[in-house]
Amino acid sequence: MAGEPHEAAASGGLPQLDFSTWPSQIFWLVVSFGALYFILSRLALPKIAETLQARQDQIAGDLDLAGEFEQKAKEAEEAYNAALASARAEARKIADKTQAEIKTQMDAAMAEADARIEARATESTTRIAAIRDDARAQATTVAEDIAGALIAKLGPAGGVDASAISGAVSTEIERRFGG
Amino acid sequence: MADKEGGIHIDPMSQFLIKPLFGKEGAAVELFSYTNSSLWMTLIVVVGGLLFVVGASGRAVVPTRLQSVTEVLYDFVRKMVRENAGEDGMKYFPIIFTLFTFIIFANVLGLIPYSFTVTSHLAVTATLALGVFVTVTAIGFMKHGAHFLSFFVPKDCPAPLLILLVPIEIISYFVRPISHSIRLGANMLAGHAVLKVFAGFVAPLYIGGALPLGMMVGIYGLEVLVAVLQAYIFTVLTCIYLNDALHMH
Repeated sequence: MAGEPHEAAASGGLPQLDFSTWPSQIFWLVVSFGALYFILSRLALPKIAETLQARQDQIAGDLDLAGEFEQKAKEAEEAYNAALASARAEARKIADKTQAEIKTQMDAAMAEADARIEARATESTTRIAAIRDDARAQATTVAEDIAGALIAKLGPAGGVDASAISGAVSTEIERRFGG
Repeated sequence: MADKEGGIHIDPMSQFLIKPLFGKEGAAVELFSYTNSSLWMTLIVVVGGLLFVVGASGRAVVPTRLQSVTEVLYDFVRKMVRENAGEDGMKYFPIIFTLFTFIIFANVLGLIPYSFTVTSHLAVTATLALGVFVTVTAIGFMKHGAHFLSFFVPKDCPAPLLILLVPIEIISYFVRPISHSIRLGANMLAGHAVLKVFAGFVAPLYIGGALPLGMMVGIYGLEVLVAVLQAYIFTVLTCIYLNDALHMH
């Protein structure tokens, strides 16, 4: 078989089964496979492994860094919120204080005004009473005079006792104007 | 290759002929003869080696295209080994990666018109499969000693059945390199032969040759898939055999 490889192939046989070519194929397979193994395992694979590892490390590092920044941002937000809350509380305190002050002042002013109104009212009442008493006295005098004159002209001769006239007038005044 | 005398003359097997490139025409193929097969093996080493060496030399954090190709393949094979052979199988990652690279480049380069597909030859696939078989078996015995023989005894099996099952297990174990090598070799052989048959119809049919030509385009696409898939299958089976040797059942 080793002697006529081409006859075997040319006559339609499978070149794969031409065993005379096997030693050469196997020899060159071993040589080329060994060469490829040497190239890949010595020159390529360690470098690729390193690159992949470096990339993974970098990604992990970047993720760590991003996590750190996120934490920092969260802290900053918290601090901001705390500052905002304290400022709000401060503002409320100031507003409350101002409101209380205004209330006190207003209460004082109201009390003062009330007192002044009270005083003025009392004064007026007194004056009204004095005017009323005065008017009453004058009316009494006028009534007595008119009654005396009327009685002198129209009443019985000799007149009527002055005290009687005065008593009748006071009774009448009392009845008309009250106490 | 085909006679130019007209008529349909199809010789789908002549593409697989192994011819010495040096020395006189028709000389016998000797052990050290540098043949077309040897040339394409050399090209596999050059192209495959160059791709990975150049691709790996980039080492950029954001990879370039070439670097991406090498890294994707690296990751792909690494995952394959780790998932199928376990963490202790990673020790054999470089040799498995070489196996994958050699076969995928042999298959894909073989699809270039007028090229030669080294993996279409049983001599190559059988050597690779036998190499895997012998290595894996040796690893099994080195790791487990004589206990590795219990690999052929199914667990929790009633004793009478063992008389039947043990020979079956042994036969199936020794059939492994045969199916392993023929699966790859026959796939490559058949695909290229079919392409050649269709190609033989194109020119003699004149305008009607468009039909076989169109079919060739479709089959060629399929062959690209088969080329990659068979490289994957050969490698993943190697990982599974390795896993059997490392962890038994």
